[in-house]
Amino acid sequence: MNRPNAWIGSAVARVEDERFLRGRGCFVGDIAAEGLRHAAILRSPLAHGRIERIDTAAALALPGVVAVITASDIGAVPRIPMRQHAVPEGEIYRQPVIAHDKVRYVGEPVAVVIAEDPAVAEDALALIELDITELPVVADRHIAARDDVLMFEEAGTNRVRVLCARMGDADAAFAAADYCRRESFSVQRHTAMPMEPRGLLAEWDAAANRLTLHGATKVIFYNRRTLAEMLGVAETAVDLIEVDVGGGFGARGELYPEDFLIPFAARHVGGRVRWIEDRREHLMAMNHAREMYADIEIACRRDGTVLGLRGHVDVDLGAYVRTNGFTAPRNVVQFMSGPYHVPNIELDAVVYVTNKTPTGTYRGPGRFEASFFGERLFDMAAQDLGIDPAEFRRRNLLREEQLPYPLPALLDTDDGGKTECDNGAYAIVLDRCLREFGWSEKIKLQGRLIDGRYHGVGLGCFIEGGAGGPRENARMIVEPDGRIAVYVGSSAIGQGLETILGQIAADALGLPMDRVRVAHGSTTLVSDGFGSFHSRSTVMGGSAVLLAAEALLAAIRDAAAARFGCAVNDVRFADGLASHGSEQVAFGAFAGLSVERTYHNKKHTYSYGSHAAHVAVDAGTGHVEILDYVTVEDVGRIINPATLHGQVLGAVVQGLGSVFLEHLQYDENGQLLTGSLADYLLPTATDFPRIRGLSLGLRPCPNNPLGAKGAGEGGLIAVGGVIGNAIAGALRSFGVQPRDLPLSPPRLWHLIDQARRAAANDTRNGHNG
Amino acid sequence: MKLPSINYASPTSVAEAVHLLAKHEGEAQIISGGQSLVPMLAFRLAAPSLLVDLRRVSGLDRIEIEGEAVVLGAKVRWRDIENDSRLATAHPLLAEAVRHVAHYQVRNRGTVGGSLAHADPAAELPAVAVTCGAEIAVVGPNGDRRVKADAFFVGPLLTSLAPSEVIVALRLPAWPPQRRWGFREFARRTGDFALAGAALFYDVDVNGRIANSRVGVFGIDDVPLRLLEVEKVLDGTRPNGAAFAVAVARARDTVTPRTDIHADAEYRRALLATMLERALQDAAERKNGHA
Amino acid sequence: MPDLPINLTVNGLPVSTEAPARMTLADLLRERLSLTGTHLACEHGVCGACTVIVDGLAVRACLMLAVQADGSEIVTVEGLGSQDGLSALQAAFRKHHALQCGFCTPGILTTMHALLLSEPSADEARIREVLSGNLCRCTGYIPIVEAVLEARASYARAEAAE
Repeated sequence: MNRPNAWIGSAVARVEDERFLRGRGCFVGDIAAEGLRHAAILRSPLAHGRIERIDTAAALALPGVVAVITASDIGAVPRIPMRQHAVPEGEIYRQPVIAHDKVRYVGEPVAVVIAEDPAVAEDALALIELDITELPVVADRHIAARDDVLMFEEAGTNRVRVLCARMGDADAAFAAADYCRRESFSVQRHTAMPMEPRGLLAEWDAAANRLTLHGATKVIFYNRRTLAEMLGVAETAVDLIEVDVGGGFGARGELYPEDFLIPFAARHVGGRVRWIEDRREHLMAMNHAREMYADIEIACRRDGTVLGLRGHVDVDLGAYVRTNGFTAPRNVVQFMSGPYHVPNIELDAVVYVTNKTPTGTYRGPGRFEASFFGERLFDMAAQDLGIDPAEFRRRNLLREEQLPYPLPALLDTDDGGKTECDNGAYAIVLDRCLREFGWSEKIKLQGRLIDGRYHGVGLGCFIEGGAGGPRENARMIVEPDGRIAVYVGSSAIGQGLETILGQIAADALGLPMDRVRVAHGSTTLVSDGFGSFHSRSTVMGGSAVLLAAEALLAAIRDAAAARFGCAVNDVRFADGLASHGSEQVAFGAFAGLSVERTYHNKKHTYSYGSHAAHVAVDAGTGHVEILDYVTVEDVGRIINPATLHGQVLGAVVQGLGSVFLEHLQYDENGQLLTGSLADYLLPTATDFPRIRGLSLGLRPCPNNPLGAKGAGEGGLIAVGGVIGNAIAGALRSFGVQPRDLPLSPPRLWHLIDQARRAAANDTRNGHNG
Repeated sequence: MKLPSINYASPTSVAEAVHLLAKHEGEAQIISGGQSLVPMLAFRLAAPSLLVDLRRVSGLDRIEIEGEAVVLGAKVRWRDIENDSRLATAHPLLAEAVRHVAHYQVRNRGTVGGSLAHADPAAELPAVAVTCGAEIAVVGPNGDRRVKADAFFVGPLLTSLAPSEVIVALRLPAWPPQRRWGFREFARRTGDFALAGAALFYDVDVNGRIANSRVGVFGIDDVPLRLLEVEKVLDGTRPNGAAFAVAVARARDTVTPRTDIHADAEYRRALLATMLERALQDAAERKNGHA
Repeated sequence: MPDLPINLTVNGLPVSTEAPARMTLADLLRERLSLTGTHLACEHGVCGACTVIVDGLAVRACLMLAVQADGSEIVTVEGLGSQDGLSALQAAFRKHHALQCGFCTPGILTTMHALLLSEPSADEARIREVLSGNLCRCTGYIPIVEAVLEARASYARAEAAE
């Protein structure tokens, strides 16, 4: 290789950008197709009820309506499998692809209309007569826990499962501790909300008995296998095609009811059916996330050494266990200790079903919640013990020589439930963050009232798991013009995958970027693939690309040696040419040469870092302004600093949305009250303008050939705790401790108001007594 | 979220528009900028059989500054108000309030008439209209009439406009040059509807005392309201912190705020007090009516 | 209900078409004129992804009936660059990594293009205020603001040259 690492590590402009900037991207709704029909989905208006009758006659009679599909057209209604962490306890709670006996949340699919025009399909929804007998609503985890109304009679309980994380001997540690504190915290239900709603275009070729599905992403090979089985056709008769994707963040691309219903509809009417989710249904149909309630306790020595964490987290899972419903409950207990040495842990996640939209993963699943709970509790303990919050963390961060370090094990799981932090210089990165932020100066503002607002600073540290296994595939083919086509099983969901894998491939092949062409995400390209989740694409897809490049170069070397009549080791490569002495031949001469390689890995990567924030709180409105926000993280090895920086800034703002704005609210009847983007509040350009992110490649990951660690979620994970801590600092004169998200202006104002009243009472009582 | 099936007409005069509304007996609806109506159609919360578009009706898009009144035609857009430099002195309260309305793209299409007809309890223009004692000029099958703003808004998204009437203008009483004013609102994000807001003005008499005070609040009740009790407290006092504190305390006691998913009543009451206090402070600091 | 005739100019080319009254301008552009660069992300006037320029003004194409655009001049994202290259604004977006998934990008480009045409010296606060009518879930907006700030120079030059 004559130019090692020419591309890796540089801010290569993205190859995807030109088409997006010119309006030439191809998202699923942009695909032009002949004879297209349009689907609209009738969704349950009630949270819990028994379906008595569905009359579709009037809808069918509407001109332009082609078909109306209900459960009775499908026959044995398939249920959606648990893709991740499947366990027998979850089986009974899986979601049928269409409601047939009961409805269990507002938004559950009940019927599908196929029409010649999307507006007519919507018109027809209003003509379907749906007769549902209402049942009492399991509106929250408290009602669920009583089990007097069962969502699944055959299960006998609304409590699905308890996930237990264990390390050391928590009881002994708490018994011997100098100091303990027990607290309750919660994170509100919110969701990923990618800007492009979901969409599918299913094409049924009746002659060939074949299905082609456009609009799939994330875990395409898994979805193909599952869908083929559900439809009762061979896996090879199904192709899933990934087109441009307008954001995923963990929620898009899982197998949802519509991923079955739309292909089924295409087969039913024998042709092409398109469904473009609208925002209203997106809010009630796509995975929700994050609704958790913690009751946890910390034990410390007087010097601030953390000895143990124990307690439980109630998880409101919504109506069904969907494909990755157990991921966040696992993570919240396994990762609550984060980057800290906590030798004794006993944490349980108690998972309940309720009559709300089912939940799944959203960027930093369970980790955001765990970080909020843990970091808030750490700050309270530090305050009680009179220790500076930075010093408290420095004292408890895992030291470099303690790594690799096993995190608490999960009991009774499908996969053994073990993982370990790989390597890192945790304390160095914390100190770098404090320096970048100017902690020693800004801490002097803690609690001060300046121009009518209370100033505060807060801190938090995180780890981010990445590189979920078990393997990923890459295939490379030499094209006639000498370019190398690179096919991967990873998916692009807007994170710049084509560019990043292109950089890795170009480096490994010693070629310019424009001689490498990356294609991804479709089942037609490689024999198998695992997709994009768990911050895995760069590490898993990238490592597979690296292996394939090595194999391709070896194959070219063999072929060139044969052509030159020389020894294999005498072939030289430079800029897409193979040479021996004065003879040379372009890679294009070996057109058609192809290799496919699989990268296997079961060890997770752990990037890590620290965040610090400076806030100002207006006690008159409850509004919080972020005056400064700094993140510093170590990702092992940076492939593209520009795309990585973009991931960090975007993730921090998403995290701030989680902290202040985003909230899926339900009433006691299980009706979703935030059914539009006027009510579900996303961050806008005026909300959080001041964020600084610094990414480092300090300690390359020892477990993969790239040395890279999964990144992209870390910017979000720590935000809740950091902001909660900063607000507590700002309002310390009131004794306000934020325990529940979102920290909306009304909630914060009430906290301040209650503290004022309590103080007034104390004063009165004090004078009297 | 495709719109329901509708018919469409674009008459060239107000009379013709009124005729179409009357002919369709409450099944027809006026559309102008469409910035409030089209979302209602998209959610199928409204489904008129006929939309009567005012886009070809001329003469409704003028801002006229007369001796007695500032007159905004029904088709005047937010951007027109924003770009009319005369309003900085001719009606600074209006100019400031409109700065808070919605977002750039919506401001390019949204109109005065649309905002009045939509009657959102947290909207700025209805609040200014009520605070200032404005009149809404409407034309119906039986001719034209003027409706006092406080009689026009009767509930959330409800007005006293008859089904066959068309709003043609908003008439705000003329603004004396020395008038002091304040406008404050608090919304979750830029351009969102306010959780609470206050619009107010007063004159200062020769003795340095407050006269002719008007205090309007919005986002609090089902309609924008004048707080007459608070005005009584203010009139005749000197504009200082002590007087303002009494006025704010009275406002707290006077209002009965609503609760919704964005804010509870208790918070709204406190927030209104904060907005009112700050608006009064702004007014006092503004001296000659200018910032 | 019968389709209504609509004549307009789109990206400099005259177009004669027809549409039912209930069809929005956004759907007309996407479904009838195959200009799929204009995206729909909420269809209720909040997200700004569908923003196009109508007679010089940025508007939400999901809140305008197609028939209301009769006689108008429309510019969509497809009309911003030249045949062979990116506009200065588009190039600045690329340079500053002001897009990730690219779905909100067309509406942001049209909005910022309209803004800079009329206000080439808009400051950061003004850019952010206007941008607050467009939702982006990926970038956190910071790189977008940087890109627009840089692109101002080319609009100021164009204005000076006129």
